Amino acid sequence: MNDISAPVDMLEPIEDRGGAAQPLLQVNGLTKHFPVRGDLFSRRKTVRAVDDVSFSIAKGETVGIVGESGCGKSTTARLLMHLMTRDSGEIIYDGMQVGRALSLRELRRGMQMVFQDSYASLNPRLTIEESIAFGPKVHGMTDAASRVLARELLGKVGLRPENFANRYPHEISGGQRQRVNIARALALSPRLVILDEAVSALDKSVEAQVLNLLVDLKREFGLTYLFISHDLNVVRYISDRVLVMYLGEVVELGPVDRVWDAPAHPYTRALLAAMPSSDPDHRTETPPISGDPPNPIDPPAGCRFHTRCPFAEPLCANATPKLTALDRLGHQAACYMAIPGSGHSRAPAKQGDTA
Amino acid sequence: MSISPTSALSDAALQAAPSSKARGYWATVGRRLLRDKVSVACALILALIFLSALAAPWLGLADPYQGSMIRRLRHIGTAGYPLGTDELGRDMLARLIYGGRLSLIVGILPVILAFGIGTSLGLIAGYVGGKINTAIMRTVDVFYAFPSVLLAIAISGALGAGIVNSIVSLTIVFVPQITRIAESVTTGVRNMDFVEAARASGAGPFTIMRVHMLGNVLGPIFVYATGLISVSMILAAGLSFLGLGTKPPEPEWGLMLNTLRTAIYINPWVAALPGAMIFAVSIGFNLLSDGMRSAMDIRN
Repeated sequence: MNDISAPVDMLEPIEDRGGAAQPLLQVNGLTKHFPVRGDLFSRRKTVRAVDDVSFSIAKGETVGIVGESGCGKSTTARLLMHLMTRDSGEIIYDGMQVGRALSLRELRRGMQMVFQDSYASLNPRLTIEESIAFGPKVHGMTDAASRVLARELLGKVGLRPENFANRYPHEISGGQRQRVNIARALALSPRLVILDEAVSALDKSVEAQVLNLLVDLKREFGLTYLFISHDLNVVRYISDRVLVMYLGEVVELGPVDRVWDAPAHPYTRALLAAMPSSDPDHRTETPPISGDPPNPIDPPAGCRFHTRCPFAEPLCANATPKLTALDRLGHQAACYMAIPGSGHSRAPAKQGDTA
Repeated sequence: MSISPTSALSDAALQAAPSSKARGYWATVGRRLLRDKVSVACALILALIFLSALAAPWLGLADPYQGSMIRRLRHIGTAGYPLGTDELGRDMLARLIYGGRLSLIVGILPVILAFGIGTSLGLIAGYVGGKINTAIMRTVDVFYAFPSVLLAIAISGALGAGIVNSIVSLTIVFVPQITRIAESVTTGVRNMDFVEAARASGAGPFTIMRVHMLGNVLGPIFVYATGLISVSMILAAGLSFLGLGTKPPEPEWGLMLNTLRTAIYINPWVAALPGAMIFAVSIGFNLLSDGMRSAMDIRN
């Protein structure tokens, strides 16, 4: 499709320093609380949008984040992109602390994001080529070189540059626009791409095409993805590991097959049970969980899920369970039922004293 | 140019978009404006009034200051006086065309000045937000508390009569209005994902303002400001009418309307002429700004 034979200038990616063993992104204790103005006489309240979230992303893997709306998925993405200041916590990119060893400007090149709303995330006054070329220009590429790069990337995302480069966002379809957004993210040669519900707004057939494109691009550019979605099927298809969030906290994480086959947290089980089955003989008969998620302004004490959990015991309301390793594959869950010897009646027995 | 609705259901459909030449945004707007007959007519009438005011000394007109006591208040169509004479026997055609010079200046200059000041204030307030937004917008609200006519009269009265002072007072009247529009448009655009995306690509605030904000913000403000030109002309005419703007014997439409009003029973048609000019120019700008608004909405 592309007959451009001359190599196209791209920005130099951020150098790989730690090798394959070092995680590309290490997040420790990420926290963001939003103050909510109460009325005149009540004390100030806060929404605990993201509360003490820790995880890591290995080089070349795809990590999925799932959860209901309002559980802090998108806030996490914006915190990682430094589009929002965090209250506390560390974000370490390839062993380099952002703001110290790695400047914010360098991080922008190392980490890019694709937003959910394909239309709102493109400037309606710029042509597609100009939108893609903007980032490289900001990082010192000449106008001509960045336009060549923009056209090259359009080809990579499956849009013929001669047809699309000079068009405006309103002239193309949603799937095409999301391809443009992906090209725009790739223009800075990032090693990590955050996909915040990037395919959720597309119709199913287009979604599948864009997902396949993402898989191909990952291979071609050696990318690492953080894939945020509420669509469990999509997350399973694309992710290596998955993170389940509930009310701003990580309740379970692990390899996607382990989590799907043996979900340890009742919330994860409920989420998986809520997936509509394509087989009419296996229709979901009873609602897996009842009620709305509690108000994040005033989250329940102890385990945040205990108000909706069918197995809740008094213990659950007292203290928050910690993320605990379940096996050697990295499957972890924050539930007393999964913690040996926790005191919950369904918890496994403690295995000796192996410290 | 035909834009086929693209749905991208298959790879074939993906590539089906017809190629189009690069065309700037403003070129597209201009082309759309030219298709609107009302806007074109308004633009032509305004251009005629502008050019004649600009070229007044070379049009071979009578002296607009030279009166004649025996030829006062001649009717429209009198030989030698195509639009009659005023209460001091001065040629109306010459005075209307010369009057356009001052009237257009006091109509347009305050709007241009307020456009510059108000847009900057509104952009800063909207983009930076927080305390700066509060400081700017609450100050603006203070000015908003007064009706614009009253505010213009009060400031002009305090500064004293004269053209420059009436331009200053009108600018002060319009700055709050434009600041408000600019602030609300900027706030709306700033929260859009493409501005986030630009921040995520590492661009600084000035680059983002220049590349991503201005183009999306200027349009609506521009349309609003064009509509203010007619308001400005009417307010300026009002100030002159009250003796706070232009001083006689300077020809200016508002002042002419004032001095001719005593002659309204003797020669109503001549007395109405300056008003007709104000009407023509203000309605011209109003319709043109209307046309601009629909031409700039290129999504349709």
